[in-house]
Amino acid sequence: MSSPVISVNNLSAAYQKNTVLRNVNFEITPGSLTAIVGPNGAGKSTLIKTMLNLHPSLTGEVQYFGLPFKKVKKRIGYVPQRGSVDWDFPTDALDVVTMGLYGEVGWLKRPSKSHKKQAFEALEKMGMGDYANRQISQLSGGQQQRVFLARALVQNADLYFMDEPLAGVDAATEIAIMETLKKLNAIGKTVLVVHHDLQTVEDYFDHVLFLNKTIINHGKTEKVFTKDNITRAYGGNIRILGGGI
Amino acid sequence: MWSLLFNTNTGWVIMSTTILGIASGAIGCLAYWKRQNLMSDALSHAALPGVVITFLIVQEKNLLLLIIGAGISAFLGAMLIQWISNASRISEDAAMGMVLAIFYGLGIMLLTVANRSAGGNQSGLDSFIFGQAAAMVKSDVRIMSILAIVVIFIIVIGFKEWKLYLFDRHFANGLGLPIGFMNGLYTLVLVMTIVIGIQAVGVILMAAMLIIPAVSSRYWTKSFRNMLIISSSFGAISGAVGTFISSKGSGWPTGPFIVVIAAGIFILSLTLGKEKGLLIKFLNKQQQKKQQTLRTEIREVK
Repeated sequence: MSSPVISVNNLSAAYQKNTVLRNVNFEITPGSLTAIVGPNGAGKSTLIKTMLNLHPSLTGEVQYFGLPFKKVKKRIGYVPQRGSVDWDFPTDALDVVTMGLYGEVGWLKRPSKSHKKQAFEALEKMGMGDYANRQISQLSGGQQQRVFLARALVQNADLYFMDEPLAGVDAATEIAIMETLKKLNAIGKTVLVVHHDLQTVEDYFDHVLFLNKTIINHGKTEKVFTKDNITRAYGGNIRILGGGI
Repeated sequence: MWSLLFNTNTGWVIMSTTILGIASGAIGCLAYWKRQNLMSDALSHAALPGVVITFLIVQEKNLLLLIIGAGISAFLGAMLIQWISNASRISEDAAMGMVLAIFYGLGIMLLTVANRSAGGNQSGLDSFIFGQAAAMVKSDVRIMSILAIVVIFIIVIGFKEWKLYLFDRHFANGLGLPIGFMNGLYTLVLVMTIVIGIQAVGVILMAAMLIIPAVSSRYWTKSFRNMLIISSSFGAISGAVGTFISSKGSGWPTGPFIVVIAAGIFILSLTLGKEKGLLIKFLNKQQQKKQQTLRTEIREVK
């Protein structure tokens, strides 16, 4: 049994006075592909943001590879929600992907031709080679999401956090993204994905983490993805939401 | 008359407002994408009490000290805005509106006091309201130009970092860009630009120097880099031409002339700009209409 990539101990967080996360404890095993699921307002995005120091925690600590976040920042890739940035910003797809290499380029230095080439290859991997010089405001939602994925790929991180990468994307993009995640997974990267579609959890992820302000259950998909856990996480609403399960 | 226009002092002053225009055009782009246009207005108004209080303390018009006073006052304004919007239910724009009005009111009140004090009338402090570039002496011009060049330098060398910070703060943080430091640096260069501009342009209209060139540049380019360059050029042209015209009459305030020139550039950009300018939009629509009618005609012939 290898040591966990992430261990979260007693993590709590709040927005103003509303507690959004309560005493969250879990560990992530290396090379796993985990879906974080739960109803709206369950604190899924807040969990990721708190783990990445983007939102203050009230209690608890998170360790990555046995170290605090600040020491391993560069080994962690983050794909924020598509809606979290202003897509009107005047730049093109290639430039956004190149941003993923800024850590490697070095602060106050300019990206070289080989960096641009690396960024272009990542775009090609996401099927976006033809759109490299397209303004990001002119891309569809799915294409924007692929650009974000490509930007994460060039980071060459060991651990990836993705916040709803499949929300509101077309079917082709969903397939492209899942293929990419599986490829990352195959070469030993650990991936955590906030996911909203219960229908696809079993097909896409080998681990599931049920969250509703605190951990409801967490483990291998075949073990914990049960009707019982889903009902516990989502309450009675699940009959309306996911009739297929 | 021509020799009056082109005497050395006017030349220097025009050069300094040109450099100021470059700096404010560039920082204006940052403010535009930080979606904080009202912030620059609030901070320039917030600078006024600092100017007057410093004058009341040192009893002379020492520009460097007045700039420092203005900077402290504007920073206090920025902190107050942050504090109000974090600690209460008051939204940030309401907090900015309050700070703007309160600091400006306080500044005008203190100015009345200063003007009544001995020698106050000759202080030329009134010029800080609408700007009076002609009132600047050579040492003022030097201080202003050096500080503006520092601002331009900070923006140019950190171009890539500013872009990342403005586009995606969270991702930038993940890459190790210190966001708290960038926030502080942004406020610092914004306040610096404002305080070095207020003598020439005035506290009331300084925000226009930050907002109008940036907004105008949007109509000409699709890249952030070019936006910075174009916005700086527009700022430079407004600064130079506005100062030149205001130097023609004695006692003509500089700020309003600069703003009128900037507004003229904006109207030109809005109508003729190649990126979504009104004329281009109109022509595109006409073309679409033509193609549509052509298509219907072809269908009818078939």
